[in-house]
Amino acid sequence: MNENMSAENKFKGKYYERFDAFSRFLHLLVIISFLSLAITGMVIKFSGAGVFQTISRILGGYAVTGFVHRVAAVITFSYFFMHIGYLIKKKKSRKQKIKDLLKGESSLMFNKSDIKEFAQTMKWFLGKGPRPEYGRWTYWEKFDYFAVFWGVAVIGASGLFLWFPEFFTKLGVPGWFINIATIIHSDEALLAVGFIFTVHFFNTHFRPDKFPMDMVIFTGKVSLDELKEDRPKEYALLEMEEKYQQRINDIPPSSALDKAAKIFGFAALFIGLTIIVLILYSMIFVYQ
Amino acid sequence: MKRYTLTFIAYALIAASALSAQSKDDQVCLDCHGERTLTAERGGKEVSLFVNGKAFAGSVHEEISCTGCHSDVDPNNLPHEEKLQKVDCSVCHDNEASQYKKSLHGQASQKGVYLAPKCNDCHSKHDILSSKNPKSKTYVMNVPSLCGTCHKEGTPVSKLRFITEKHILEDYQESIHGEGLFKRGLIVTAVCTSCHTSHNILAPQNPNSTINRNNVTKTCTQCHRQIEQVHQKVIRGELWEKEPNKIPVCFDCHQPHRVRKVFYDDSFPDEMCMKCHSNKDLYKIEGDKKISLYVDIVKFRESVHGTNSCIKCHVNISKSKNPVCLNSGSVDCSMCHSQEVLDYQTSIHGTLHYQGNTDAPYCTDCHGIHDMLPKSNLTSSTFSKNIPSLCSECHRDGAKASRMIAKGNEHIVKNYSMSIHGKGLLQSGLLVTATCIDCHTTHKELPPSDPRSTVNPNNIATTCAKCHLGVYEDFKNSIHSPTVTKTDKKLPACNDCHQSHQIARTDLSLFRQQIINQCGQCHEDVTKTYFDTFHGKVSKLGEARAAKCSDCHGSHKILPPEDPASTLSRGHIVETCKKCHSNSNRMFVGYLTHATHHNKEKYPYLFYTFWFMTILLAGTFTFFGVHTLLWLPRALKEKKKKKLMQEIPPGENHE
Repeated sequence: MNENMSAENKFKGKYYERFDAFSRFLHLLVIISFLSLAITGMVIKFSGAGVFQTISRILGGYAVTGFVHRVAAVITFSYFFMHIGYLIKKKKSRKQKIKDLLKGESSLMFNKSDIKEFAQTMKWFLGKGPRPEYGRWTYWEKFDYFAVFWGVAVIGASGLFLWFPEFFTKLGVPGWFINIATIIHSDEALLAVGFIFTVHFFNTHFRPDKFPMDMVIFTGKVSLDELKEDRPKEYALLEMEEKYQQRINDIPPSSALDKAAKIFGFAALFIGLTIIVLILYSMIFVYQ
Repeated sequence: MKRYTLTFIAYALIAASALSAQSKDDQVCLDCHGERTLTAERGGKEVSLFVNGKAFAGSVHEEISCTGCHSDVDPNNLPHEEKLQKVDCSVCHDNEASQYKKSLHGQASQKGVYLAPKCNDCHSKHDILSSKNPKSKTYVMNVPSLCGTCHKEGTPVSKLRFITEKHILEDYQESIHGEGLFKRGLIVTAVCTSCHTSHNILAPQNPNSTINRNNVTKTCTQCHRQIEQVHQKVIRGELWEKEPNKIPVCFDCHQPHRVRKVFYDDSFPDEMCMKCHSNKDLYKIEGDKKISLYVDIVKFRESVHGTNSCIKCHVNISKSKNPVCLNSGSVDCSMCHSQEVLDYQTSIHGTLHYQGNTDAPYCTDCHGIHDMLPKSNLTSSTFSKNIPSLCSECHRDGAKASRMIAKGNEHIVKNYSMSIHGKGLLQSGLLVTATCIDCHTTHKELPPSDPRSTVNPNNIATTCAKCHLGVYEDFKNSIHSPTVTKTDKKLPACNDCHQSHQIARTDLSLFRQQIINQCGQCHEDVTKTYFDTFHGKVSKLGEARAAKCSDCHGSHKILPPEDPASTLSRGHIVETCKKCHSNSNRMFVGYLTHATHHNKEKYPYLFYTFWFMTILLAGTFTFFGVHTLLWLPRALKEKKKKKLMQEIPPGENHE
């Protein structure tokens, strides 16, 4: 009890840096490129709907949206490889083997405790147990992470095929594969857009304890009080291990950064939700 | 003396021609001249020396051998000299030749006027036929066209020679003589040579001319014997009394070449009409309308009919009436313009007019009345550039014709002026561009529903082909042509893709966007699947460059892909795709441009890929949907609880 109190005092009013600057920058790239890809892609997928035709016209027509889509694709490929590079660098600096890197509390790899946490979560949802003590990464966050990995690979590969069909068919790929690539690219994109703008938005931002937006991905900082409540396991780890305590200080996120992040974040959320509404409208009223 | 000698020789030769030796001589000539390839050079030009032996054998001169005319050839001493003397017809036809020599034609010929006709220009050379032979150029039925080769409007003769009479051949055709010859086949009717003679053609000023004032009565009475007895106007002596100093001859009343039954100009001179009709206040009352009867004689003289007299059109006048023109009725234009009026009567305009529809236009509504100008005149209402505004007087929104025409067609002329044809005419001043009358005809306008109409779906291709022949040739052999495809369904005509009045430039984006809808009206399935693929989807976004139906299938020359000549045949498809995809290759063209993932039999790969993706999506969304729906109420409850906890001041305890 006494020890507990002291720790509480020690961390009272302090902030913990959950995301380093590079990770936040990558997420910024993800938001920008993903929103661009989503808008410029959906105008083609749902080109029969008047509202998407209007959006296309406002953006400058197919010539512009096609160009934006390709630029955003290049950004996507860039962040994908930048993140791979980041992992390699981390591996080198920690002098760990890949196997070890994938283990441990701060790894995004699925493990046994995720299954346990999922079961506990279900119980909690149904009112048959307490809220699970989540750690640094919950299972849905790990799913989000791998969804991007999988999505970039599948949509990226099929997208490259659609970008350079003459090149790939010259290599011997049959012409009808362009049709297959179109279906994969478009439906996988619909999955990604639908997932991010509903599931990810709710799980991360709109759930009542974070509503309307969790700022941590922009500022990187979370107050230790909040962390303790949300991720008790990570908080506990923080208390025990010295190396994490280096990332604790009592400087709150600068108000300028906070303001900019709020404007940008809300704009992104608004665009995402608008796209979802338009997609649902098109699917229900135009393409049955 | 020499002539007699020559004549004698000629007769001797004719007599000798009975002998087989003579025809043998002809054979000797034809040995060389029977060859079509035989030529010689004359004044730098290559001329044929071929003589058709057969045609010669059938000619009036078959009895005479070659040397009968070509007397400077000795058949026993061949080859003959390269340049022979010209054949002298006068050796036998000395009477005709001497007449010709004194005639206008002969005189001109002697002066070296190259236009002047020689014997062979009318009679031809070796194949001369008798003037009794209907095939002969000099046969009575053929004389007007023989003379007409030089004496019709537009020929060098009509332009270069000073001939006061104009439109000779045309006027003759309309005259009672021409009508007798051409319409009734009367070979006793007067043709050119009946009045002018065949060989003794002289200028009317020449006292010896058959058409000289002093001789013309004699010429006419060759046929019109005892004309005095039936010719009451002269017998009544009116002209003699009026102008005793002037004895009229036939052509004072009956203009040469234009002779018609009823035009006695001199008995009703225009001045008589103008005594009343130059009064600006002259009017008549018809029903409750006041109609001006004023005629501006100055304008009339400038008009296309300016050389006519009043009574040429206003025929129903009579001395017994007062005024002479009382109740003379309206002018019948068909007196001269019979074909045009016949066309008008068949047209929708004429039909409605004769039904008593006052909205329907009559001749004068388009052409004007006394101030009518020829269509070549820039200010004429029928000058091609003025046609659209002329038609729009009725065919414009709210005007007369809009009451008759189906809805949606009110803006015809407005649309036309924005179309490629209209812009060509009105903005660029291209007179060859199509105006209203080029498609609808000048006088025979009929609604498209009428099978006789030039704008009927079955006739429209030939109508457009009047200018767009190249396109028509392509279309004629395409799958859309009624001669190629036999079907009960409606085949597209030009105007189904190129709207009739809004016809647009095909390279502009508006047209390229419309083409999809136009093809889609009939080819519904493939249009639907086209919109499922990239080209179609991007086209829907207004991208004009994306491939449209015609870019792959062709526009006018569409053939089924099985046809080796089709743009989509095995041999051509790579090239066709190359128009946009410069690296097109045999594998690339395997792209399914009309594919759909809804057809399991035709496209199984697409079908299964689509369903795999759909299940993946449905599965993911179901899982996380349920996850969220469970989470939300729990999290809300938790938040409420927390809020309650905070509201309770510290220290207080409910327990």
